Amino acid sequence: MVSKKVILTFKKEVVDKPIVCELPKEFDLTFNILEAKILPRREGVLIMELIGEEEKLQKGLDYLIQNNVIVEFVEQKIKRDEEKCYHCGICISVCPPEALVIDDKKTMKVSFYPDRCIACGWCVKVCPVKAMSL
Amino acid sequence: MEEYKVNKTIKQINEKIKRGEAVVINAEEMVDIVKKEGIVDAAKKVDVVTTGTFGTMCSSGAFINFGHTTPRIKAYKAWLNDVPVYAGLAAVDLFIGATSVKEGDPLNKVHPGNFSYGGGHVIEDLIAKKTLELRVEGYGTDCYPRNSFTKKITIRDLSYATLCNPRNACQNYTCAINTSDKTVYTYMGILKPHMANATYSSAGQLSPLLNDPFYLTIAIGTRILLGGGIGYVAFPGTQHNPNVERTERGIVLSAAGTLACIGDMEKMNPAFVRGASILGYGTSLTIGIGIPIPILNEEIAYFTGIGDEDIYVYIEDYGSDYPQNKEKTYGKVSYKQLKSGYIEINGKRISSSPMSSYFEAIEVAETLKSWIKDKKFLLSEPQEKLPQAKKYKPRKYIRDE
Ligand code: SF4
Ligand code: SF4
Repeated sequence: MVSKKVILTFKKEVVDKPIVCELPKEFDLTFNILEAKILPRREGVLIMELIGEEEKLQKGLDYLIQNNVIVEFVEQKIKRDEEKCYHCGICISVCPPEALVIDDKKTMKVSFYPDRCIACGWCVKVCPVKAMSL
Repeated sequence: MEEYKVNKTIKQINEKIKRGEAVVINAEEMVDIVKKEGIVDAAKKVDVVTTGTFGTMCSSGAFINFGHTTPRIKAYKAWLNDVPVYAGLAAVDLFIGATSVKEGDPLNKVHPGNFSYGGGHVIEDLIAKKTLELRVEGYGTDCYPRNSFTKKITIRDLSYATLCNPRNACQNYTCAINTSDKTVYTYMGILKPHMANATYSSAGQLSPLLNDPFYLTIAIGTRILLGGGIGYVAFPGTQHNPNVERTERGIVLSAAGTLACIGDMEKMNPAFVRGASILGYGTSLTIGIGIPIPILNEEIAYFTGIGDEDIYVYIEDYGSDYPQNKEKTYGKVSYKQLKSGYIEINGKRISSSPMSSYFEAIEVAETLKSWIKDKKFLLSEPQEKLPQAKKYKPRKYIRDE
């Protein structure tokens, strides 16, 4: 079993089609919705964690892409500019999955684990030097 | 009567620095040395302890002079990259305040506001030698006839650029929580309702004035590292108050001492001076300050040897008490506990996170250490003491000698 956190963007043309419901039926995938929103021009964005067998997960993602859903991986989208980050720690309290966390209590360096990120966007908002981007 | 067993002078230490023989360590390393060797031996061995802090300090700003124009103008109103700067000085002198927000910013109209650019960013951009737009309006006088002036400038075009911060390096601070039922966006960060998290802002054992709690060596005229360049303690900072509650080791439990700092911006390093956007609060300046403490005797060794477990802060509610200026606390907590990542209030476990960077504070203390070791930085003789604590007496606060 593997899990992947993805950001799915549904263009106006596909936003009302029942695409996601095929994932558990056809590909045996379970999912966990982290965030869902419909943007003003009726574009939809769904952030979710997909869990299943590696091969099936890949097939599921291919299926989404074939149906004109834009698929992005959270892990690859969330970025920290290492030049800018000065390890203040302000982002820690707003990061629910502890993707930003102080592990080393001696150096107090802020560690960053992109694979834990759920794309909530809070760190982007609070970072005083705009080191985080999504 | 000999007051101390070890007696050194700044002059002697400077001679050692010049000979390349001075023992220089940072305040974190001093904690262990004092623990292992005791204060007398530590004082004999160590000549200078470097301290550091790297945090957001709102009471910061810069004086600049943009040089006379042809024809001349007397600035009445002025902006740098659309950030209003203070022009109520001589014709071409301006003051950039760190918290001045760019004109047209929506502020907190959509709460919490982002405050993406302000005076702190202008100061960072000047130090980074970036190009900024200077816009000046005059009202026209017989000697200064011009009414407006706009020019792209960098710090090199300015005849004078001096960082002049009325209050930096607060001795201690508070630990902030929120007991109300809504999230608050403060200069102490985001505080979630019902005491869901706690924040603090100090370098603790590394912080300059926590290592010299009675201002025995840090004084008016002390040469310091300011923003990666060389600066000076100009005066006590605003709100400097030495006569506050202290622990039995003499450590203050509130902001207490503060420093006004001054330094040449052109020689500063943008890695140590950063414009800050604080969600829902405003703009500010984040800056690194490092202060050397000469170990003149064992009492100073004792004070610099104090660790995070000896330094306490009061927990305050920023949800309602602080905004209403009510004096109430939720007890005390040590920096050791705060740095562990959680604290306990009334039996409730609450996660704690910092606001100022300990990681960069070490960088500051290490930079200052290397300057001294490389003979690039000598210690200055104090010109005059900062306002002193009434209760202080030599040796009075030394414990477990
Ligand atoms: S808030 Fe920004 S600068 Fe501070 S630790 Fe987080 S990413 Fe780094
Ligand atoms: S977007 Fe930022 S705050 Fe949210 S989970 Fe990812 S790293 Fe943490």
